[in-house]
Amino acid sequence: MPFSEIEKSTKNILLTIQDYSIYIWNTFRTLFSPPIYWNDIYLQADIIGVGSATIVILVGFFTGGVLAIQSSATLSAFGASAITGRFVSLSMIRELGPVLAGVMVSGRNASSMASELGSMVVTEQIDAMRALGVDPLRKLVLPRILASVVMLFFLTIVADSFGTLGGAGVTIFMNHQNSTQYFSQAYEFLVFSDILQGLVKPLFFGFIIASIGCFYGLRTTGGTQGVGRSTIQAVVSSAVLIIVADFLISQVMVALFIK
Amino acid sequence: MMSSIAQNGLMADPVRNNCADSAPVLVFHDVCHRFYGPPVLVDINFSLNPCETKIVLGPAGVGKSVLLKLANGLIIPRRGYVELFGENLSRMREEDRYPLRKRTGMVFQEGALFDSLSIRDNVAYQLRVDGRPEEEIEARVRDALRFVELEHTIDLFPGSLSGGMRRRVAIARAIINQPELLLYDSPTGGLDPITSTNIISLIVKQRDVYHTPSLLVTHRLQDALALVTHHYDANADGMVALPKGEIDPNTGFLILNEGKVIFNGGFEHLLACRDPFVRDFIA
Repeated sequence: MPFSEIEKSTKNILLTIQDYSIYIWNTFRTLFSPPIYWNDIYLQADIIGVGSATIVILVGFFTGGVLAIQSSATLSAFGASAITGRFVSLSMIRELGPVLAGVMVSGRNASSMASELGSMVVTEQIDAMRALGVDPLRKLVLPRILASVVMLFFLTIVADSFGTLGGAGVTIFMNHQNSTQYFSQAYEFLVFSDILQGLVKPLFFGFIIASIGCFYGLRTTGGTQGVGRSTIQAVVSSAVLIIVADFLISQVMVALFIK
Repeated sequence: MMSSIAQNGLMADPVRNNCADSAPVLVFHDVCHRFYGPPVLVDINFSLNPCETKIVLGPAGVGKSVLLKLANGLIIPRRGYVELFGENLSRMREEDRYPLRKRTGMVFQEGALFDSLSIRDNVAYQLRVDGRPEEEIEARVRDALRFVELEHTIDLFPGSLSGGMRRRVAIARAIINQPELLLYDSPTGGLDPITSTNIISLIVKQRDVYHTPSLLVTHRLQDALALVTHHYDANADGMVALPKGEIDPNTGFLILNEGKVIFNGGFEHLLACRDPFVRDFIA
């Protein structure tokens, strides 16, 4: 690759980071001055939270089931199939619940935010909103970020719960183990740091999903093709950033709580 | 119709602009702008006075729409500055520009209606954001839609309207808050002659009833001529031609070519202009 190409790509990346930082700062500032559009926040909470509940329940339930199938096969080789419940609940609550809920909501909502805002940009609706004296960051972006952060927190709890239930279904009905044993293992070995780790992550993931979705939507150029491009960029970037953030948060949490 | 609007005093007991005010509403000072290539606009200087309508003419792609977006700070120029209602837009923070924009109304090229909202919600958008009472909003929305003769579309969505109807709804949305400046971006672009005449008739009505200063971008000379040679007749409830030899004294022209202002003046000066491009353009 010629040097000029590397230089151009680097500049583009740095400019994108700069634009994203300015956009986040400007959005953050709208939080501390009126008006706050509560109705838009409730509407987005419904779209993001209630709208994503089914997919999160299904993915959580079947992932818990798969975890139970795979782990019990391995654990039984060591005569430890009794701790399947512990394995499933720890995996779901610490790691898989937040990440799966995040990736599912990202696929569903980052794409819809990018395409909705992108379409508004190319049809001059964002300019029309600004011309009417309404700040799009305040009216469109802030409600999506707040709703996404709050609702992903609860969706993660839903994913954790249904994952544990999915594991229970497999363990009890397919592997014919004792349900009390499964649930007591799933519950008794959970500690505060596991719960904290599992519930801190969705706050970051929710922020990433909405901020990235809206960011790429608002940067859309190039008509309908540009809307498609923004949607792809939003989904890919938010999914990658969720995994990267998960890695970093896990590192910090392990360093803090697991000596 | 106008009298009925004025009687209920909601939308149109209009803030009739005081034409005696001497301070210009909008001033461009040496404005230059470029995006990622050659300059779009170079050294643009002009002002818009109270009650004045300025028609911005020029070939497609010359920067007319950019000029309009510079006027209310949707774009900030790279060099020079724009003064709107006496305030320098370049020196303000974005959040401080919003109150100024609320005092203006803008009609976009394709209407730019919010397609997920009904016509009622589109027209009411600014009032709703300002937290006005629902009864007042409903009455003013109906008045604004009656002004553009589209009251029957109030419950429809933009997708079910024709291009011309969407422009008329955009005009209703722009005028609902009694703006002190109106910006029209090619309001008749791509429309059939009859619909174009209807739109121009509404603009003439707005100009002659409310005396709102306006900047109107177009590349259709026939629209510009209609604006200069017609006025709104309340008795006829429509646009009628001025007597032969008379023109509207408050309507002027700004002609752009290659990003520069090549003519700024009244209709009589335009006819007398010797610039070859201007002569070709109005020929």
